[in-house]
Amino acid sequence: MDLRHNKNFKAGAVITAIMVTIILVGMVWTPYDPNAMDGKAKMLSPSFRHLLGTDNFGRDIFSRVVEGAGATAVIAAATVAIGLTAGLIIGGLTGYYGGWLDEVVMRLNDALAAFPSILLALVLVALFGSGKYHIILALGLLFIPSFARVVRAEVARQKALDYVASARLMGAGDMRILFLHILPNIVPVLLPNVAIGFNNAVLAEASMSYLSVGVQPPDASLGRMLNEAQGYLLTAPWYALSAGAAIILLVLGFGLLSEGMGGVDHAS
Amino acid sequence: MQYVLKKTGVLVVTLLLISLLAFLAFQIIPADPVTKLLGTDYTPERAEALRHEMGLDRNVFVRYFDWLTGFVTGDMGDSYSYGMGVEKVLEGKGAVTAGLSLMAWLMVIAISVPLGITLARFQGGRLDRVFVAMNQVFMAIPPFFLGILFTYVFGLVLKLFVPGGFISPRESFWGFLGYLFFPALAIAIPKAAMVTKLLRSSILNQMQMDYVRTAYSRGNSRWGVLRFHVLRNAILPVVTFVAMTLADIVAGSIIVEQVFALPGLGRLLLASIGNRDYPVVQCIVVIIAFIVVFMNYLADVLTQYIDPRVRLG
Repeated sequence: MDLRHNKNFKAGAVITAIMVTIILVGMVWTPYDPNAMDGKAKMLSPSFRHLLGTDNFGRDIFSRVVEGAGATAVIAAATVAIGLTAGLIIGGLTGYYGGWLDEVVMRLNDALAAFPSILLALVLVALFGSGKYHIILALGLLFIPSFARVVRAEVARQKALDYVASARLMGAGDMRILFLHILPNIVPVLLPNVAIGFNNAVLAEASMSYLSVGVQPPDASLGRMLNEAQGYLLTAPWYALSAGAAIILLVLGFGLLSEGMGGVDHAS
Repeated sequence: MQYVLKKTGVLVVTLLLISLLAFLAFQIIPADPVTKLLGTDYTPERAEALRHEMGLDRNVFVRYFDWLTGFVTGDMGDSYSYGMGVEKVLEGKGAVTAGLSLMAWLMVIAISVPLGITLARFQGGRLDRVFVAMNQVFMAIPPFFLGILFTYVFGLVLKLFVPGGFISPRESFWGFLGYLFFPALAIAIPKAAMVTKLLRSSILNQMQMDYVRTAYSRGNSRWGVLRFHVLRNAILPVVTFVAMTLADIVAGSIIVEQVFALPGLGRLLLASIGNRDYPVVQCIVVIIAFIVVFMNYLADVLTQYIDPRVRLG
């Protein structure tokens, strides 16, 4: 499979590159201070001064979208990092060693995976409170099963291959085989799942923040902005449209990348 | 039959486990409800008395058993913030969420099954190419943003419905269904895009099989092969997936209820989380979890009827 000639992959790479560049630039510079209010410039339509107009406090929407997209992306990345790390360890060990522990962990995994993650996230928020760090932790925990499942299946498959037997003959220990020999070989299967995991995290964060149980003001986030923008749909539709478009572009970029890399098996 | 019995056994155990976990989580972790109820009237003696009155000083497992028997017989305990039984608070809310989820789910099936089959039938045609290109975009739209878009386009600009003007099923059943149409569509579209894609690729996969060539060689048309040979095999992974999407759809309706101001379980859940009204939160979570598990159970049993290999294998 040559990724350079894959339309999905190319389109996804371009969209993602643009979004990442905007977000990275936005971390050091935005046209206006995202939180600066201007009483004389409330609810302005898009213009050259304010690319996407201003909101009900006279804040520049473009700057806020850039900052919000950054916050959302960072939260999603942190979520995936937690889920992936734990998923690698749990899935790797259970897939490699098998046995009754494997059975128990996977049954637990199946049970958890059957639930809508947003519901579980709401339960965790109800119990431990809302806010940025709680969301990262709650979503990160909830993402462990899906990663663990993929890793486990791949490790169990790779374990039976000849190169593992050879490595063992060479005297390599279990941990060396698992993390130095098998791990690099499951990366191609893992990457599309990581991209989709990132997307799910973006959507989950946006939903939670939209429901006011995620990122709290004054921090910006795309979900929070949509929540605020909904009250001004008639007077300032561009507010909601910009925030929504930013979510779609983020998700679309990674979705296309994942699709181009071979996609995720929905049915399994 | 043995398969169904085994699955039913697993279902019952799972339901018990979920209710136990939910109960324990909401009993052990949250701050003391007594402190909140008493507020500024708090004294240790009063707290102790209230705790006794609410039965909070008994063994956890005794309380779990009490709560479960109550839950099953329709006595779900008392809400902290509404001053009445949880089952009274829930009244009418379940119908909204169930109606919305069911409608969205039927929409997913009504859109994706004909579309998926048509696309596979005319693979590489104009419609197919447009769909493949647009599909990722549809899958990327969060349902609640689609809901906001619908509110703007169909509600505020075209005035096809009144945003926030929910009609209860008691007032007018058809009005109720009518108001649910756009929220349900907002939930259904991203899922329908996913199911269509899965069905299309599942059919195209089956079309490569040897039995398809045999069917062609006996003089079947492409449509005949599709209808009588391929579909039965291709639909299997789709049935499982469609059943599993119901979980996501129920979750989606929690959020979309907020967008359209629908007085369902989702809105109540969020309000109760805000109020720290744990008896209500606990009951809603358990109800939604039960629905999800039960749907997965139905899917398993259904697949078994369509495909005997599952039962025997």
